[in-house]
Amino acid sequence: MAEKVLMKGNEALAEAAIRAGCKHFFGYPITPQTEVAAYMSKRMPKIGGTYLQAESEVAAINMVYGASAAGVRVMTSSSSPGVSLKSEGISYMIGADLPALIINVQRGGPGLGGIQPSQADYWMATKATGHGDGHVIVFAPSTVQEMADLVALAFDLGDKYRTPVMVLADGLLGQMMEPVDLPEPIKSEDLPAKPWAIDGHKGKRDHNTINSLFLVAQELEDSIVSRWKRYEQIKAEEQMSESYMTDDADIVLVAYGAASRIARSAVNKAREEGLKVGLFRPITLWPFPSDALEATVDKAKSYLVTEFSMGQMVDDVRLIVNGRKPVSFFAHTGGVVQTPDEVLEALRRVATGETFNMVPYQSKLSGEAR
Amino acid sequence: MKDLNIMFAGFGGQGILFAGKIVAYAGMLDGHEISWLPSYGPEMRGGTANCSVCISDEPIGSPLVIDPDVLVAMNLPAYEKFIDHVVPGGIAIVDSTMVGTCTLREDISYHTIPATALAKDNDLKGLANVIMVGRLLAATKFSTREVFEKAIDKSVPEKKKHLAEANKRALQMGESWTAEEC
Repeated sequence: MAEKVLMKGNEALAEAAIRAGCKHFFGYPITPQTEVAAYMSKRMPKIGGTYLQAESEVAAINMVYGASAAGVRVMTSSSSPGVSLKSEGISYMIGADLPALIINVQRGGPGLGGIQPSQADYWMATKATGHGDGHVIVFAPSTVQEMADLVALAFDLGDKYRTPVMVLADGLLGQMMEPVDLPEPIKSEDLPAKPWAIDGHKGKRDHNTINSLFLVAQELEDSIVSRWKRYEQIKAEEQMSESYMTDDADIVLVAYGAASRIARSAVNKAREEGLKVGLFRPITLWPFPSDALEATVDKAKSYLVTEFSMGQMVDDVRLIVNGRKPVSFFAHTGGVVQTPDEVLEALRRVATGETFNMVPYQSKLSGEAR
Repeated sequence: MKDLNIMFAGFGGQGILFAGKIVAYAGMLDGHEISWLPSYGPEMRGGTANCSVCISDEPIGSPLVIDPDVLVAMNLPAYEKFIDHVVPGGIAIVDSTMVGTCTLREDISYHTIPATALAKDNDLKGLANVIMVGRLLAATKFSTREVFEKAIDKSVPEKKKHLAEANKRALQMGESWTAEEC
């Protein structure tokens, strides 16, 4: 394996996308994901690809629609407010069964919000990426290595199931550097064939149509049901999660992305105190790794969920646990990041039998630029 | 090795992030797990800049350093903001040109160096940050000069390769500094 390199999460993700055969990037700058676009602007011209800074996020996502319809691997990248703008185009791509990689390096919201790390777009990513009946596959990396590794998988699953795929990162993962083993480049001849693409055929076959408009209700229902059958397959085959010290855990802490790193530190501290705590980390957020979480319900005495939001993923945890065990929640939001010690304190309270749904209390770091 | 959590702090433009990158790179070259996390946003130009570097033999959980083992302070606001967070028994590496006279804690060790003045007097303009890195190497001894020099080679961008030698001179100046003053 090649020597590890030290890269920002945003840069590792961008390089991994190129190595996964993506030669077309359409975007618009926004903190904290701008390094993705900056990296692409440097690299794409050198590999004969396209880098285009569109006039807006709406324009960029529609360019992605067009490139995907032509059968190429294509991506866009933005941060929370920009992803809101893209949501119309994402819905159109779902309706037209078009694969593409969409990056959201989340920042605080709603509105323009702030630029510090956040996970407040979980609902948007997993429940309502745009209007209509639909989903996108959502990956949640927690390290710079995963920022790189999940990109190739995202492209592969997008092509396999003909769906947009989102990598839901956050400002912390985008901005931090860690050592990374970059994946080997995929040869262009090894990319999957796309017989459905509208790529020019000189009359050798019937023409393909890419479209999300179905004015006959029955035709629309049929198209949705057929897509839903693929969703069932995705839910059955593509769930991903990581369990850390959950085997003997009385308390299962659930966290994803950057919050899971803080949770992991808290688990290590709790173990030093003799608390039997483990960490369950969803890697796919849609499909939610419900099978692996379900497997913990018999053994666990209680759950604690921690996110950088007022409580979004906790809904999915509660749906699975379904009242069989208490589920507590603790978080900060708006760009304030909880400390491992704060999560440890919440774990201690859960260990005493307490159940709570804690609004953020004042952090010693809040209000300070970090 | 024992976990090493380092906070680099100063003004934007002093090379705080680059200093952190050299140290992170050295940790990586030594085969440790490392993370480097910058402050980002409007404070980057002229305001306070800081960066967290974690070096460990275990996978790194939170990359945000709150209670540093080592504080590298390159100005007075940064010193005042973070000094109370340094863990007991920890280390403060202080640019005395910029911080000036400071209140000392008795439960941590101080390694001061007039890095900004040394950089100015020795034709090492803009390299006070790397002088501080040299001081950090001498104070922590978590790696060797050879590894740090390789880390400099890896960290200096391609178009600034001609500056690598000056960086190494700055590193050596910081590492070999002996006077203690604050």
